[in-house]
Amino acid sequence: MQFFFEVLIGGLLSGVMYSLVALGFVLIYKASGVFNFAQGSMVFFAALTFVGLLEKGLGFWLALPATLAVMIVLGLVIERIVLRPLINQPQITLFMATIGLSFFIEGLAQLMWGANVRGLELGIQDEPLQWVSDVAGVNVSKFDLVAAGIAAVLVSTLAIFFSRTRIGRALRAVADDHQAALAVGIPLQQIWGIVWAVAGAVALVAGLLWGARNGVQFALTFVALKALPVLILGGFESIPGAVVGGLIVGASEKLAEVYVGPYVGGGIEGWFPYVLALLFLLVRPEGLFGEKIIRRI
Amino acid sequence: MMRHKSVAVWLASAALGTAVAFGATAAVADEQFIPLLSYRVGAYASGGTGIFGGYIDYMNMINQRDGGINGVKLTWEECETEYNTARGVECYERLKNKGALGASMVMPLSTGITYSLIDRVATDKIPLVTIGYGRTDASDGRVFPYVFPMLTNYWSQNTTKIKFIGMREGGMDKLKGKKIVNLYIDIPYGKETIPVLDAQAKKYGFIVTHIPFTAPGNDQQSQWLQIRQIKPDWVILRGYGVNVPVAIKTAAKSGFPRDHMVGVWWSGSEEDTIPAGDAAKGYIAAGFNVAGTNYPVIKDIQKYVYAKNLGNMEDKSRVGSIYYNRGVVYGIITVEAIRKAQEKYGKKTLSGEQVRWGLENLNLDDKHLKQLGAEGFLPALKMSCADHEGSGLAKFQQWDGKQWKVITDWITPDRELVRPMIEQSAAEYAKEKNLTLRDCSKEG
Repeated sequence: MQFFFEVLIGGLLSGVMYSLVALGFVLIYKASGVFNFAQGSMVFFAALTFVGLLEKGLGFWLALPATLAVMIVLGLVIERIVLRPLINQPQITLFMATIGLSFFIEGLAQLMWGANVRGLELGIQDEPLQWVSDVAGVNVSKFDLVAAGIAAVLVSTLAIFFSRTRIGRALRAVADDHQAALAVGIPLQQIWGIVWAVAGAVALVAGLLWGARNGVQFALTFVALKALPVLILGGFESIPGAVVGGLIVGASEKLAEVYVGPYVGGGIEGWFPYVLALLFLLVRPEGLFGEKIIRRI
Repeated sequence: MMRHKSVAVWLASAALGTAVAFGATAAVADEQFIPLLSYRVGAYASGGTGIFGGYIDYMNMINQRDGGINGVKLTWEECETEYNTARGVECYERLKNKGALGASMVMPLSTGITYSLIDRVATDKIPLVTIGYGRTDASDGRVFPYVFPMLTNYWSQNTTKIKFIGMREGGMDKLKGKKIVNLYIDIPYGKETIPVLDAQAKKYGFIVTHIPFTAPGNDQQSQWLQIRQIKPDWVILRGYGVNVPVAIKTAAKSGFPRDHMVGVWWSGSEEDTIPAGDAAKGYIAAGFNVAGTNYPVIKDIQKYVYAKNLGNMEDKSRVGSIYYNRGVVYGIITVEAIRKAQEKYGKKTLSGEQVRWGLENLNLDDKHLKQLGAEGFLPALKMSCADHEGSGLAKFQQWDGKQWKVITDWITPDRELVRPMIEQSAAEYAKEKNLTLRDCSKEG
């Protein structure tokens, strides 16, 4: 039973890391109704820019705001150059634009900073907390706990920002219908600019935590793959949904790998979350926290 | 500014290589074309940039220092594969007919691309050289005349790993009852050693558990929880790219000692350990080349290439790293195989078929390696019609927190175990493809 709880806790903490990436997707989806294919690339770009600035001699506390500024500028530039010309275009057009954007950002990051793998040390030990091991016999990493804390702060801040502010309400209108939102005076460009800038900031947080764990390298773009089942489960437009979806995906994939994997040759956690998400789609297509859409025919 | 300069140098040397290659028809006797199926972007770019950087620098050094191989200049052209099998095949098709007499040989640096090219190279008569990777049973040259998994294949290296573990345990007889976990990436490359490990477990009486992780392997929490439950004595790691630092860091998180983790050579570079930080201290990996700049061959590259600002590496501090030096090994084998073929066919541009003869008759003993300035840099090698591996030796190295330190001499593989397995597997392939085995006694 102790081992079961260890797997469960480890899975939940992994899930928090997935949620951090999923949050960026949610923000863009809320504003434009589009799945931002480039979110993984933004995570990579942010982490690589941060370590690149560190290598240039900037200290941690200078590199952090500098990278944040770069991500905000990147978000604003994307809005101005890529999205603004596509206002009122079908959502599939916007989606295709984000695919192109993804390749562009990946290439730009490697052109600016090179393709070398870098280490990133945030000063948080990724080793088991000894007192937890002694008391409960369960290994829990300090790094995972800090990541969970950061995710909690981020989610709370974003949830308040988007539910209690005018921008948050405007977001929903924009996502529903660009033209109607413009007609009632909602500044679409401004909203998109803000949301892409915030998504850039979220990508920075995710990039720093994933980069510290795995090293800063191209494979950071793949963490986005973990976010897709999280979004299906939690709902594409719900910030709390991204967190709950992440926890479900993290816990279920670890339990499945440990308890079911050995009977089927192992290596099932890569596809298990997608199967789970597909099953969920059959029952609740809008996800746990997504809006139920009823259309008049 | 420095970056722009090095990009310019890289573009200039690439353009020069390409220009010389395009001009090959006008000067047939002086050039030997090498296609480079490289990857400089994407998930495995750090491996690709290091290895192809070393490979190009060595060929450039031969051109600069010696004026080519007996006067025959080396030319090359890169094609970006991104470690993607489909793109690798496309690059091969694009480059195979370039140069005066087509490609001399091809090194795809990917097991996936290798598998896709095996049939094509036999038809095109271009040697497929896969040093330290690729299809293991292709070591049987009677069935695979155009495939060369040189220096050491995956099965041989696995037997050296078990020998190393046996040495650490105080003798091979001490392996009985020990628990070894084989943690591998769930792709053909990762699975390649399962049969030989099972055979070794039977032979030595240890218990092996195979645990896969899904590519790219950027989260291995559940695998390491299983490992924690098994409480193995040793963990063998077969990864490449991001999953290696992840494995090392997750091992640390699970409290597993890193000096009981032994990686394959694709899990044993600076690019694997530096991102893992302090967690990598003590981690061990096999290798068929060593790191360091204190070898005459590297000093010549610095003198004839970097001193003239012709180096391929953007980050010069990587010269002498594991991957860079592996690229130099690729260069040495390329050059010496062509030189050997010239002994038979003359000092002129050779076809892939002629270079194949050079590969098959290559003999790089310690004396020869010393002349090349590479004594101890790579193992001695003796190829033959039947044996396309030629060596099988591996050294083991340990990360001390800053650099790789060699901790063993060359360890010989268990050929008595491996060779019959290779021949059996190759025979099955020949039967499936309806191939007739070459009679090596009749080949000169």
